[in-house]
Amino acid sequence: MTKPKVAFYWCAACGGCEEAVVDLNDDLLAAVELVDVVFWPVAMDFKREDVEAFADGELAAAFINGAVRTSEQEEMVALLRRKSQAVVAFGSCAVLGGIPGLANLYDRESILREVYHECPSLEGSGTRPAAGTTSVEEGDLRLPVFGADVRTLDQVIDVDYYLPGCAPPAPLIWAALSALVEGKLPEKGTVLAPDVALCSECPRSATKPDKLSVDHFRRPHEFVADPEQCLLAQGLVCLGPATRAGCQAVCTVANMPCTGCMGPTTRVADYGAKALSAIASLIDANEDDEILARTAEIVDPVGTFYRYSLPASLLHRRVAEPAGNGARQ
Amino acid sequence: MPSETKVRPEAAAVGNVATGEGRFEPTIVAFFCNWCTYTAADMAGLSRMAYSPAVRVVRLMCSGRLDPQFVLAAFRQGADGVLIGGCHPGDCHYQEGNYKALRRVTLLRSMLRQLGIEDERLRLEWISASEGEKVQRVCNEMAEDLRRLGPLHVVLSKLGPEDLDGLLAVGQNGSPAIAYEPAEGEVP
Amino acid sequence: MQLPENDRLPAGPSTNGSGMNGSDSGPAKIGVYVCHCGLNIASKVDVSRVVAFAGMLPGVSVAREYKFMCADPGQELIQQDIRDGLINRVVVASCSPLMHEATFRRATAAGGINPFLFQMANIREDVAWVTDNGDAATEKAQALVAAAVRRVADHEPIERREVPVHPEVLVVGGGIAGIHAALTMAEAGKHVYLVERQATIGGHMARFDKTFPTLDCSACILTPKMSSVRAHPNITLWAYSDVESVSGFSGDFKVRVRRRPRYINEDLCTGCLSCIDACIYKRPRWDDEWNEGLSQRRPIYMPFPQATPPLVVVDPDACVDFKTHKCPRPCEAACERQAMDFSQQVRIEEINVGAIILATGFRTFDARRIPAYGYGRYPGVYTSLEVERLLNASGPTGGELVMRDGSRPERVAIVHCVGSRDANTNVYCSRVCCMYSLKLAHLVRERSGAEVTEFYIDMRTPGKGYEEFYERVQKEGTRFIRGRVAEITDHEGALVVHAEDTLVGKVRSLEVDMVVLAVGMEAQPDADDVRRLFNIGCGHEGFFTERHPKLAPVSTFTDGIFLAGACQGPRDIPDTVAQAGAAAAEVLAMVDRGSVEIEPATAFIEAGACSGCRTCVGMCPFSAISFDPVANVASVNAVLCKGCGTCVAACPSAAAQQHLFTDRQIFAELEGMLNAV
Repeated sequence: MTKPKVAFYWCAACGGCEEAVVDLNDDLLAAVELVDVVFWPVAMDFKREDVEAFADGELAAAFINGAVRTSEQEEMVALLRRKSQAVVAFGSCAVLGGIPGLANLYDRESILREVYHECPSLEGSGTRPAAGTTSVEEGDLRLPVFGADVRTLDQVIDVDYYLPGCAPPAPLIWAALSALVEGKLPEKGTVLAPDVALCSECPRSATKPDKLSVDHFRRPHEFVADPEQCLLAQGLVCLGPATRAGCQAVCTVANMPCTGCMGPTTRVADYGAKALSAIASLIDANEDDEILARTAEIVDPVGTFYRYSLPASLLHRRVAEPAGNGARQ
Repeated sequence: MPSETKVRPEAAAVGNVATGEGRFEPTIVAFFCNWCTYTAADMAGLSRMAYSPAVRVVRLMCSGRLDPQFVLAAFRQGADGVLIGGCHPGDCHYQEGNYKALRRVTLLRSMLRQLGIEDERLRLEWISASEGEKVQRVCNEMAEDLRRLGPLHVVLSKLGPEDLDGLLAVGQNGSPAIAYEPAEGEVP
Repeated sequence: MQLPENDRLPAGPSTNGSGMNGSDSGPAKIGVYVCHCGLNIASKVDVSRVVAFAGMLPGVSVAREYKFMCADPGQELIQQDIRDGLINRVVVASCSPLMHEATFRRATAAGGINPFLFQMANIREDVAWVTDNGDAATEKAQALVAAAVRRVADHEPIERREVPVHPEVLVVGGGIAGIHAALTMAEAGKHVYLVERQATIGGHMARFDKTFPTLDCSACILTPKMSSVRAHPNITLWAYSDVESVSGFSGDFKVRVRRRPRYINEDLCTGCLSCIDACIYKRPRWDDEWNEGLSQRRPIYMPFPQATPPLVVVDPDACVDFKTHKCPRPCEAACERQAMDFSQQVRIEEINVGAIILATGFRTFDARRIPAYGYGRYPGVYTSLEVERLLNASGPTGGELVMRDGSRPERVAIVHCVGSRDANTNVYCSRVCCMYSLKLAHLVRERSGAEVTEFYIDMRTPGKGYEEFYERVQKEGTRFIRGRVAEITDHEGALVVHAEDTLVGKVRSLEVDMVVLAVGMEAQPDADDVRRLFNIGCGHEGFFTERHPKLAPVSTFTDGIFLAGACQGPRDIPDTVAQAGAAAAEVLAMVDRGSVEIEPATAFIEAGACSGCRTCVGMCPFSAISFDPVANVASVNAVLCKGCGTCVAACPSAAAQQHLFTDRQIFAELEGMLNAV
């Protein structure tokens, strides 16, 4: 029996999800025995035309990581969608938009201006890449179009499974591959991680007081946290209560508060809003001015609560300017 | 288009209908707590205190039930403003729900600012059961503020399956069958 | 997450199937009923257009209109459609749910489906009555109907739960209201705890001389009832006591009562008063509160001769033994029964009751707040309550009209509306002052022959026999001047009342010997603290808030807590007694029914979804959430939960939800409201 064919592809990504596959360590060797990797730009020399040559649905699965912004990414994911039976949104960028998703706080024009004209390391007034086709000696070059905003994978193509995490934890990757090979993948749309929040896995959970409240928010650089006690109880904005488990609490075990990369449970419509609601509820104050003082301690709410999930959020991005009012920073 | 600005197309029509002019009429979703503000709104009704039809009321038992997700859902689906009404501090029928609402709305407001949503679009008011007049005043004030601010432009990204074919019509030589079209004069 | 078509918000799987799939009874078939409410709705909202619009909404199988949905034929429409199998969900677009949600839930249940598969759209109070433009009103009504339709598709059946009602009852306050309520319920066989703050029951009525309009002796009609209270086997009377804390819920309140020490053994004291005569203070020196400070008492005292219970009280702030511990205690020696007990402590009683009636009464307006009237400056200026004590045969002057300086007045002025109908103090009318002023005028003339002039704004005499009493007093020769008194001054030993005689158009300055200020009724000074104790509301004048001013004047928004008497607002004795009877009747209905339905909209935590983060536990003011450290999950006690939903909004992973207010249902409501029109 032929091994199922799988593809790995990266969009707006950092390479961490590729590393995560390598993190399977010894299991990686077992994995390549089980599947036939037919496309993996970081590691193998297959080209786009190799993918185009497959029949529709010939690939068992495509694991696509990274958020989608450029036209090249759109084309590739559409292509992989057509050629694959199952598409897995792999890693927080594909599932939720990820860190690149924070670009949705800015409009396209400001980004291009900053990168190509105003960046401090530029000499001269800068020049943007040309639109359209440019002929060079080797042939015609067509640069991808830089999209208006950052999108999750399922805002571009139909997605079958989601494997969150920045990067996805190795055990969850192994479980997904095994399920694929054994034909035991769950119903379409499932997130391949436990549907319960991180506190259920965190070893500090037992130290958490039953009636928790925070009278002062602190940031990780301000002090060295007690390695045994619940981080939220110490005033750090730990998003463990709002974030899916499955990562074995590696961050809290390393004395750092959870930042939410595994995303929300299925019951939550907007990760950032729910996490914000929980954290705000714990503020130990009832007067306007005290509450304001506490909220001021969370200096970047979007960066805190939507660090990985702005494109997936209900508002998707910073709202557009009213027509005719000009650009506003 | 993969990115479309979601503006309620009937906004102008409502303007025509309600005011006889072609101006924008906002939509406000109001979350009112059952014991105080919802009762006050009923009182306003009993006393025939007219206010802007922009306001649509969602009844909650307590302002403490107000989940920030509701605020975002309202903005996403076309509300230009969200009004939250609860009991005065100290008077919550369930003791403390309104304080929790205050904490959440305060933090939510600072996050919404980063997302470009003006402070006037999210309003928290304490209105007791006998303050029908306050319901009327606050609703009218908020409608006026939003008329001035204009509609909220939530930008969503919806590529439907029908756009896929366009994306896939990509040949070796790369005729640009892409979904994003730069506007006239705009550098892609 | 994947955006489903129609941009529906993903908020997790519903507990019984998704959205339009409805309940266990198959796909949702929604019936929409739009009410005209006579012309109330129909004059502004184009009902037919709303019905046509509703009929096109997904999931709606029936859309009808009717003139009065709340009436029997309207309810029958719903029930018939259910019986015919046309619908399994109901939306009624009519008035406020605060008005008729219960009505239509009952109608839905009577039709044969679960009463919570029902949602109202408020298109009367929230649309027709507050929108000027008809088209805008119709469009708004459509949006609200669409919201209700989308929401109800997501409703689940909820089983109604009942808890037993504890058969014992608490009455707080032993004035005429509390006494009448307690006796009524005791006669019906219920055990009543009557808690009164003062050392005796009787309240204000025990201090009056006569009552209007019959001129019954107040104590004569009251003291038999007070004796009945004391003697009744079903009443436990705790005077000189306060309610310290209240917890629990309707049907099962747990109340802690603090019984303050009298420093006498209540079982031994016979009320013989020998201890008072023996007190080391031969001359009484402390203001006697019962006589409004017009006389003095000793540190050991009986509030008044008919005090019930007939027990003596020692005032620890006045008694020298508490300060020096050196008093020879002649009171102790004088007591033949050896009833003195200086070591007595506060006793806390914990009781379990099914319902509570608050009858905590009122206080009179403090006339010092109107300096122009000279109360507190001129010894000849009295309040009406002080004059009641003067006129009372057991009062400081034995019923004779003798003033502070010993003189007898020949000319008396009675000033109406002191602290009432006044933008500077209290805006409301205190209802009883015109009548009691007439009464005082009559009694003053009768007792002393003095000339009486009443300065009034309007004469308010609405009750049975009241107008006749007014005519009688006029005929007797009391003079009436229509004008609000501006100022009271003194001139050569006499008091001068300045007022404009508006019927004549002249300013008068009338010289009198005595001025009686008809002070208004106010809420007790600690009404705000008391109402928090019982979790009810206060209006901004301070009186307790009733559930509905017309249709539910004795109940409050907190189930199981009822009101009687002046604590709810100014009223006279007949109305107070009637209201006390009404409150008692409602309590009896509750207790005899034996059980109450508890709040259906409680919170719950989905099994398997809770991560043990404990964010919710501290959110609950009713301690309804407990955490199990072994299973590492939290759970909600549905009986203690009052259904605010604060824990639901706080839950960071949406494991906590609220029946009837789930996230899905609210999202559905928003979607319908914003997208369907």
